[in-house]
Amino acid sequence: MALLEIDDITKHYGTHQVLSGLSLSVNEHEVVCLIGPSGCGKSSLLRCINRLEETSSGEIRVHGERITGEGVDLDRLRRDIGIVFQAYNLFPHMTVLRNTILAPMTLLGQSCAEATDRAMALLERVGLAHKAHDYPDRLSGGQQQRVAIVRALMMNPMLLLLDEITSALDPELVAEVLDLVRDLAAGGMTMILATHEMGFAREVSDRVCFLYQGQVHEEGTPAEIFGAPRQEKTRAFLRDLVKAGRL
Amino acid sequence: MALTMTETVRVPRPVHIHRLRSALSVLVALATSGLIAFSILRIVAYAYRQGNGLEIAVVAALFALLSAYVVLLGARAVALSARAGRAVEIHHARELGAQASLRSWNALAWSCALLIATGLAWLLVLNDAAVSRTFFDLALIRNSSGEILSAFTTNIVIFAVSVVLILVWALVIAIARTLPGDAGRPLRLMATAYCDLFRGLPSVITIYLIGFGLPLTNLPLVSALSSSTYAIIALTLTYGAYTSEIYRAGIEGVHHSLIAAARSLGFSHAMTLRHVVIPIALRNIVPPLMNDCISLQKDTALVSVIGTIDAFNQSKIIAANNFNLSAVTTVAILFVAITIPQARLVDRLTQRAQRRRRAGGA
Repeated sequence: MALLEIDDITKHYGTHQVLSGLSLSVNEHEVVCLIGPSGCGKSSLLRCINRLEETSSGEIRVHGERITGEGVDLDRLRRDIGIVFQAYNLFPHMTVLRNTILAPMTLLGQSCAEATDRAMALLERVGLAHKAHDYPDRLSGGQQQRVAIVRALMMNPMLLLLDEITSALDPELVAEVLDLVRDLAAGGMTMILATHEMGFAREVSDRVCFLYQGQVHEEGTPAEIFGAPRQEKTRAFLRDLVKAGRL
Repeated sequence: MALTMTETVRVPRPVHIHRLRSALSVLVALATSGLIAFSILRIVAYAYRQGNGLEIAVVAALFALLSAYVVLLGARAVALSARAGRAVEIHHARELGAQASLRSWNALAWSCALLIATGLAWLLVLNDAAVSRTFFDLALIRNSSGEILSAFTTNIVIFAVSVVLILVWALVIAIARTLPGDAGRPLRLMATAYCDLFRGLPSVITIYLIGFGLPLTNLPLVSALSSSTYAIIALTLTYGAYTSEIYRAGIEGVHHSLIAAARSLGFSHAMTLRHVVIPIALRNIVPPLMNDCISLQKDTALVSVIGTIDAFNQSKIIAANNFNLSAVTTVAILFVAITIPQARLVDRLTQRAQRRRRAGGA
C-alpha cells in the first residue's frame, strides 16, 4: 500500500481554483518532485497534505487512513509529516538548539539531554554544531534552512514536504541545502519536493510530476519528463526554462 | 549620444552668499539682546527690592551671556557672507556662503528661543510676581516636601500593585480576544465587550463608581476594602482594557508563517501561543507597554477623588491651609521627575526595536 494517496482533491480560494481534481500517490522511500509554473498549485498541494490548508473536496489517505475531513487529530498528524518552508520560519527568539529540541521535548516527551544529543548529532551532520547556541538572525539563509530541516527531522517524520526550500537563497548557498536533501534521499526518507531546481529534481527524484492548472498534467521518471515529455504544456514549460538558462 | 554631451555648454550656477539672511540675523540678534538687557535691568531691580537678588542675578548673567553669543553668531554670519562676496574661487565662495547661512539660521533660532524664555520670565514677575508666589513659593515647597513625599509612597504602592495585576489581567483578556473558531466566540465577545466598556469609560468615573459604589453594596469581601484597594481595582479594570489592546496588537503582529511553522511541528493552538506567539509578541510590545506604565503612574493621582490620601490629596490639604498652590507644584515636580527617566528608556527601547526591524530580524 502506498504511504500517501491523494484522491481527486480540489481546493479553491473564493472563486479561484488552485487544485482541480488532483490525484497522486507516493510510496515509502520514494522522492517525488513537483514542478510547474508558479501558481500551478505546488505549495497549496503540500500545505493540504499536512492540513495547514483545507481541501475543498476529495480525500487524502496516509497508510490507508483518511486524513481529510473532520475527526482527524491534526496535531498528531503533523508530528508525522514534516514540512520545510521557503522562508525557513525559524523561531527568532530561540537559539538554533532550542529551535530544534522544543518540539521533541514538549510533544514527544523526550528529556532535554536526549533531545539535545540527537539535535547536536544532526547539527553536526549538517555542519552547524558550532552554531547551536546562536540565534537564527546570526545565520546565513543556507544555514537557517539547514537548521529548519533538522528541526523537521527531529520529529522523525515518515514523510517530509519541502516547499521550494532553495527559492529564497542566494545562488551560492543553494548547494549546501541540496547536498543535505541528497543525503536524506540516499537515507531512504520519503519526500515530496516542490522545486524550481530542475537539475536537482532530475538527479534526486524517483518520479517527477508536472503540475498544470491544479492537476498532475504529466508524471514519469526524470528521464521521461526531462528527456521525452509527451504533453505539449510540459514541453512548453521546459522550453521556457531552457530559454531562461535554468535547464 | 556622446557627441551631444560634449556639445552642451555648462553654465556655472550663481553663488549664494546669503547677504540678506545674515543681515537679518544680526539685526534680530541685536534687537533680542536689547530687549533682554531691558528685562534684566527691570527684573533684577525688582528682585533686589524683594530681597532675593542672588538667584535672579545668576539667571540674568546667563541670559546676558547667551544674548552676547547670539549677536556674535550674527556678526560672524555677516563677516562670512562678506568674505564670500570677495572670494575669487567659486567653490570657496560657495563654502563661505553656506557657512554664513548656517550661522544665520543658528542666530535666528537662538534669538527666538531667548525671546520665548524672556517672555516666560516676565510672566513670572508681572503683577508683583503673582505667578511666582502662587506656584513657586520655595519656602513652602521645601517645608511641604516631607509630608508630600511620604504621601507619594501611596501613589507608588498603588502603581506597583496595579501594574502587576494589569499585565496579567490584560494578557488574559488579549488571549480571550484572539481565541479561534466557533467555540471561542462567546468568550471572544465577552472580552470585546469588556474592552469597549472600559476603554470608553473615563478612568476617573470608574474610580469614583468603584470607590464609592462597592462599599454601598454591603457585599461580603468587596464592601470593606481600603480606598487604595478600590483604586487598584478600578485602575486595573481601566488599564486592563487598554493594555489588552497592546497585547493583542503584539499577538496579531507575529508573522503567520511562524505560527504555521509551529503548527506544522504538531503544536496545538495553546502551545503555539505559549512557546512562540506570546514570547515574540512581548518582545515587540515593550515600548508601548512602558508608555502605558507612565500613563498609569500619572493616573494614580486620580485616586484623590475617592479620598485616598495620596500625594495630590495631601498637597491639596497643604495648599488649602496656606492659601497657596506651591505644595501642588511639589507633587507635579515629583511626577515629572520619576517619569523622565522612563520616557528616555522608552525612546531607547523604541530605537533598538526599530534598528532590529531594519536589520531584518523579526
